[in-house]
Amino acid sequence: MLAAHLPALQVVIPLMAAPLCAIFRRGYLGWLIAVAANWFAFAAAILLVFRVLEEGTISYAMGGWVPPIGIEYRVDIINVFVLLVVTGVGSVIIPFARAGTAARFNNTDQAWFYTMYLLALTGLLGVTITGDAFNIFVFLEISSLASYVMIAMGRDRRALTAAYQYLIMGTIGATFIVLGVGMLWAMTGTLNLADLAERIPEVSDTRPVLVALAFLTVGISLKLALFPLHLWLPNAYAYAPAVASAFLAGTATKVAIYLFVRIFYTVFGGSGFFSTTPLPEMFLVLSVVAMFAASVVAVFQDDVKRMFAYSSVAQIGFITLGISFVTEAGLTAAMVHLFNHAIMKAGIFLMLGAIMFRLASVQIDDLAGIGRKMPITMAGIVILGLGLLGVPGTSGFISKWWLVLAALENGHWWLVALIVLASLVTMLYVGRVVEVAYFREPSAKVAVMREAPASMLIPAYVLVLATIYFGLETNWSVGLAEQAAAKLMSAVY
Amino acid sequence: MTEFPPGLIIILGAIPVAVLRGPLRAIWMLALPVVAFAMVWMLPDGNHFGIIAFGQELELLRIDPLSRIFAYIFLIAAFLGIVYALHVRAAAEHVSGLVYSGAAVGAVFAGDLISLFVFWELTAIASVFLILASRTHDALAAGMRYLIIQVGSGVLLLAGLIVRWHETGSVAFGDIGLDGPGGVLIFFAFGIKAAFPLLHNWLADSYPKATVTGAVLLSAFTTKLAIYTLARGYAGTEELIWIGAIMAIFPMFYAVIENDLRKVLAYSLNNQLGFMVVAVGVGTDLALNGAAAHAVTHIVYKALLFMSVGAILHRMGTTLASNLGGLYRTMPLTALFGIVGALSIAAAPLFSGFVSKSLILAAVLEGEHKEAFFALMFASAGVLIYCGIRVPYFAFYGPDSGARPKEAPMNMLVAMGLAAALCLAIGVWPAALFSVLPFPLDYKVFNVYAVSHVVTQLQLLFFSALAFVLLHRFGRYPLPKSGINLDTDWFYRRLGSAALRSLMVLGTAIQTRFYDAVNRRGQRILIQLYRHHGPHGVLARTWPTGSMVLWVALLLFAYLFLYFFDIF
Repeated sequence: MLAAHLPALQVVIPLMAAPLCAIFRRGYLGWLIAVAANWFAFAAAILLVFRVLEEGTISYAMGGWVPPIGIEYRVDIINVFVLLVVTGVGSVIIPFARAGTAARFNNTDQAWFYTMYLLALTGLLGVTITGDAFNIFVFLEISSLASYVMIAMGRDRRALTAAYQYLIMGTIGATFIVLGVGMLWAMTGTLNLADLAERIPEVSDTRPVLVALAFLTVGISLKLALFPLHLWLPNAYAYAPAVASAFLAGTATKVAIYLFVRIFYTVFGGSGFFSTTPLPEMFLVLSVVAMFAASVVAVFQDDVKRMFAYSSVAQIGFITLGISFVTEAGLTAAMVHLFNHAIMKAGIFLMLGAIMFRLASVQIDDLAGIGRKMPITMAGIVILGLGLLGVPGTSGFISKWWLVLAALENGHWWLVALIVLASLVTMLYVGRVVEVAYFREPSAKVAVMREAPASMLIPAYVLVLATIYFGLETNWSVGLAEQAAAKLMSAVY
Repeated sequence: MTEFPPGLIIILGAIPVAVLRGPLRAIWMLALPVVAFAMVWMLPDGNHFGIIAFGQELELLRIDPLSRIFAYIFLIAAFLGIVYALHVRAAAEHVSGLVYSGAAVGAVFAGDLISLFVFWELTAIASVFLILASRTHDALAAGMRYLIIQVGSGVLLLAGLIVRWHETGSVAFGDIGLDGPGGVLIFFAFGIKAAFPLLHNWLADSYPKATVTGAVLLSAFTTKLAIYTLARGYAGTEELIWIGAIMAIFPMFYAVIENDLRKVLAYSLNNQLGFMVVAVGVGTDLALNGAAAHAVTHIVYKALLFMSVGAILHRMGTTLASNLGGLYRTMPLTALFGIVGALSIAAAPLFSGFVSKSLILAAVLEGEHKEAFFALMFASAGVLIYCGIRVPYFAFYGPDSGARPKEAPMNMLVAMGLAAALCLAIGVWPAALFSVLPFPLDYKVFNVYAVSHVVTQLQLLFFSALAFVLLHRFGRYPLPKSGINLDTDWFYRRLGSAALRSLMVLGTAIQTRFYDAVNRRGQRILIQLYRHHGPHGVLARTWPTGSMVLWVALLLFAYLFLYFFDIF
């Protein structure tokens, strides 16, 4: 029965599709394969959501080897939510890729690009779905290596250095994670996450476990680009091809956030453990600093892609802020924003990709008057920008709403003020783009431009509509996030 | 079909405006407020349009007498504004004007705080384009300041409603009151939009920089929406009487020395809001009737004034009093309409302002708020001098500037004519206005044209006019740009005006110095911010890989340290 193997197929199909692209070496075919694989993965994720909602947690033994000996894929409400985000964002992005990649690369390179894309997707899905600590590391490396290649394929030569730095930092992060996992294995004798969750409480105050915890914290913080370990991110997002930027911004950091809550909440024994560590305070401070420092940097950026890359760092601050509350409301806020931000930021990077496609630049001064020449694209950026701001009617509002509620529940009045203030800073950089695009005379270069092709606008607008839809109808986003948060707090794996 | 929020009809109706051109667009735009008006007219009182969102039941179409009258006047103002702006080609201005009007109407019908908040923010965002569309550097800066303050007000409202929701479990928008932090937060949110003293700066800052047509719409909606919400949520809140009294008086002093006529109008807008705020503070049926009636008349005559000054700006490119004068020769109709507006704001009998102001003053007297009464009398006298006479005088008469501009375009004249006709109609035949007031009012008992009313008001007006004439004759009236020279003894005898004046001068000095200091400090902060966050700042540059790794190591040690010593 195929349905029983859905958890495996979720990862295996993109994994098998990747070499197919490489074998055929045809750009169009590669694209078709990538779209098909990604859409299949999305369908699988949706089916898994329904199954999890009906049956509860699904445990799948890879290759029939029963856990804890074999590798277990474990799908519960928490990671199925993340699977949905990753595959959903990917499914929208990948149709967009065709026009841009076809214009820039020859057949072979196009095929390589889709191969790398599918490998990155496989890795992210694997990290999310697996119930095995070492497996996490393996998939993390798969996705990271593939993303380095994708970033290095950017049109700017600075993409190479950006990819190199990401490689160094990503490798350090992965190494730290594997060191942490190794120490946990030494103390407990198991790599299965469920087993770990059972055995760690007995040894949780031994020194190796604490060292493991420190390595895991730093390793994952690097991956999720928590301030001040975000330094690899701005260049990587800014110089990567648009599709890669959108995909990574929408999914890679989100999966790292998932990994963080998975390890600290469920594996280490739920909120009880998390709140005994100094982590909530550390995260609170770092998140707030990220919200402001990165936003202010974004205001002054002249490269619009880099501007929104910094904005990602700030928005990740909003997510980790929710995590730092250690309450159900806080985690709900974090999960909802994880969902909403993935959609909004991926959308913005796609729009910027469309501009890049026509103009070959996203320097802010080059965008003067572009609102008149690419009205549809710019309107999309404005709507998504309003979403980042948290304007009601967009999904960003829902995120902020829950975050403010969570802050109030903890009695953090001053945090509410800070959240609002950080949103106002967001308005400054979004406003800067709007001002340049709409209130300046078009430059000679812009004056001859045309609107982006429909093959780009349609996928990008799916994300715009999603931003509005999830701003009004929250049953899916908030509903699932609430269940995930409840599960995280209960510390039952 | 008819049970659909009229505000949304206008907002959705704004979409085709972006693509329509020519007469078709004009007809479409004019039809929108008319259709919306007809719908409100036909719907009975009650909640007509509930939706479920954010896990709450939201009421988007609550019709009761209070929301009804504000909706009527908003739709009339929108119609006038559209007529006045018909000559404008740019679709963007029309779209934002319509969305802004629709959002204001939507806010009036909001039966709960969440939908109020949504429309509240929408008014802010849509209206800023009316300022930005001037496309000057000043307008851009003022627009951004305006947006930040307006969105800030919305954020306060959001914070307040969340707190209130936590406290009471309901987000219904009824009487709120000042007890509890939620109520206070919402009060300040409303206060910003109502331009309470010290929260008022955005008004005189941004309105004069809006486009010719934008200013007309701006003058109608934002602040009156705030009056509506105050009347709904804070009727009878004692503090409002004082706030309103101060509001009615202090902007006059700025206005009287101001050279830019549109800025004068902005200040007088602020001063007239004071009347309404006092009335809301008194909170009796009569007072609320007065507040609503004054909102109605005020919207019309203020729009009319902005229209006539806007026509000058349209033809002359400036509204600086020192550059104008003698325009009645070539713009006679504009001058006539301007004078009707001026007489209305000065509350001359037979003009609309007289009717509504009488209601408010009667309510204040009835409630025995003597101080507030005198403050309002003082303000009534002042308004004639600094606005009622001054604006038409310097614009249309006064020292001849030699300019001979053409008469205003036809559509502007039509809009002004309609507004002027409304001013007169309400003044001559107030029963129609009274019939839509939120509380029943016996017109037979309350006769605005009782002899005593008329005589008092005329005395007030004549003495004020006399003061203007004498001041002007003896060269003591501040000519445009001539600095603060007003001898306020002539102004009005009852208050210790001299003390007040020196206080004002002192206040202005302190304020200037304060703003200077803030400015300087602000610039220094900005430079610092740029140093660290700018493209070459430490936080934004591309770091060498080695330094990144150093950070990683540092953090690892920090966490190790924390885990070791915090847990053991």
